[in-house]
Amino acid sequence: MYSGLKSMREAFGDALADLGKINDKVVVLTADLTDAIKVTKFSESYPDRFFQMGIKESDMMGTAAGMAVDGLIPFATTFAAFATSLANQPIRVSVGYNRANVKIATSHGGVCVGADGATHQSFEDIALMRLIPKMTVLVPCDANEAYKATFAAAEFDGPVYLRFGRVATPVVTSFDDPFTIGKAKVLREGSDVAIVSTGSMTPTALSAAQTLGKEGLSVKVIHMPTVKPLDEKALIDAAKECKCIVSAEEHSIIGGLGSAVAEVISSEYPVVLERVGVLDTFGESGEPDEILKKYHLCETDIIEKVRSVLNKK
Amino acid sequence: MTIKELELKANSIRKAIVNMIYNAKGGHLGTSLSEVDILTYLFFSCMNIDPESPKKEERDRFILSKGHGSEGLYCTLQARGYFPEEWIDHYMDHSNPLTIHPTNKVPGIEVCTGALGHGLSIAAGIALSAKLNEKNYKCFALTGDGELQEGSNWEAAMFASQKKLDNFVWIIDYNKLQLFKSVEDTVSLEPIRGKLESFGFDVHEVDGNDMTGIHNTFSSIDFTCGKPHAVIAHTTKGKGISYAENVAAWHHKIPNTQEWEQAIKELNNARV
Repeated sequence: MYSGLKSMREAFGDALADLGKINDKVVVLTADLTDAIKVTKFSESYPDRFFQMGIKESDMMGTAAGMAVDGLIPFATTFAAFATSLANQPIRVSVGYNRANVKIATSHGGVCVGADGATHQSFEDIALMRLIPKMTVLVPCDANEAYKATFAAAEFDGPVYLRFGRVATPVVTSFDDPFTIGKAKVLREGSDVAIVSTGSMTPTALSAAQTLGKEGLSVKVIHMPTVKPLDEKALIDAAKECKCIVSAEEHSIIGGLGSAVAEVISSEYPVVLERVGVLDTFGESGEPDEILKKYHLCETDIIEKVRSVLNKK
Repeated sequence: MTIKELELKANSIRKAIVNMIYNAKGGHLGTSLSEVDILTYLFFSCMNIDPESPKKEERDRFILSKGHGSEGLYCTLQARGYFPEEWIDHYMDHSNPLTIHPTNKVPGIEVCTGALGHGLSIAAGIALSAKLNEKNYKCFALTGDGELQEGSNWEAAMFASQKKLDNFVWIIDYNKLQLFKSVEDTVSLEPIRGKLESFGFDVHEVDGNDMTGIHNTFSSIDFTCGKPHAVIAHTTKGKGISYAENVAAWHHKIPNTQEWEQAIKELNNARV
């Protein structure tokens, strides 16, 4: 369906509009955003099911919870930073504790938000959402997966956090591949080292694997579109096969995918793990290339960590 | 039910609350007693509900945003037949569904509450959902007064007004006390009526411990006026027990045996 470069938020917008056609229980709320979170198409096609909440994310989450307990399937949409930190309490209590069938769908997850800078970047959202009991956390890696994850979230009964990026990124998966919540995707087989990645870092992980492959290294790439619940079996199998792991995510190394990987392998099959992610810092403005370089989220950074784990193996 | 019958019912619920908190050695006495008359009126006279079928689609919804007033709600729901009396007798036992802050595991309770400032948003979502689905049910939400210091309430208020949710009733249990002292001396809500009117609400004021007044107020609400409704219920914290009335310490103080005996005696002798 999508190929080349495409932003995940645009695919989300397409998916929502298509969902609107087939499921009249789907409603969309947003906090003063429309085009930035790509809900414009839905809002124009289904104005009666679109709710502009204004600049009040906390109220949006509570309202969505109320609509969900009444049987609707609300998508509460805003930027990742605002949804998960500003509205954390209503997500925790009104959505999570009530197990309200709300889909918290966000854009601007990660470092690539352009000029907006630190207040609009989100490195903590995966960690914050993983901490909400029974919250499902979906972090697709490209536009094709973002589209399918949106449909999967709507079909799933329970609270879901969906994280999309702002900028166009390479489409690396096929639209025809099935998407199942809780299932990892092995995108490349290998036995020397396993790169476990999520979100926009998966295309980067694939590039790194390709480069390392040319040097004769056998690199496995496992993409985790569901960070919670994590596909533990796929992870443990990779640990057994490769004996070392590098995790990669456009998120803090504290509390995100790398932490989730460590939590599993440390008790089930301990192997050396290095994490690629944002260190304990706030972000800043900049073009994606500049920012990815500064925060060590490039192919070369993954390759460096691969060499490091291989040395420690 | 007649006004007299409702008053008698509220009195018996008050006694149940006192017994429940005394036996469990935990709870929020003052706030549960201030809200009893409103809850009795809603559940025994006003709302379209069926305890035999607590999830009936057309039911009116009630959200206790001030979740710490749970004992008042539990005793009202039990009196209305939602669950057995043993649940009240075993309040706060680990295996009992009745916990200090209410959860949706209890029949008659729509959502879990307890963290203040979230119930109004949920209630507005439910009211909006009713409008969207072209259903006639109403959503009543009861907040505290100190609770309104949370800004999220005012977000919900703006939204309810924006969407003209005339099936939404926000009741404020205005007992004038919060945890340590008066609301006025903490962070004042005044002028509360002006605030609510300026937010676009159809505002009513009533003595929230007077059943006749409560009946007249709720009966006068026009659910087709295109505005959300607010009922400022002026109440007395600890209502019905002389030593607890208007005393902040009774927010969650537990009566000793002598105090319990006196409370029951006063409620037995209350002129209803």
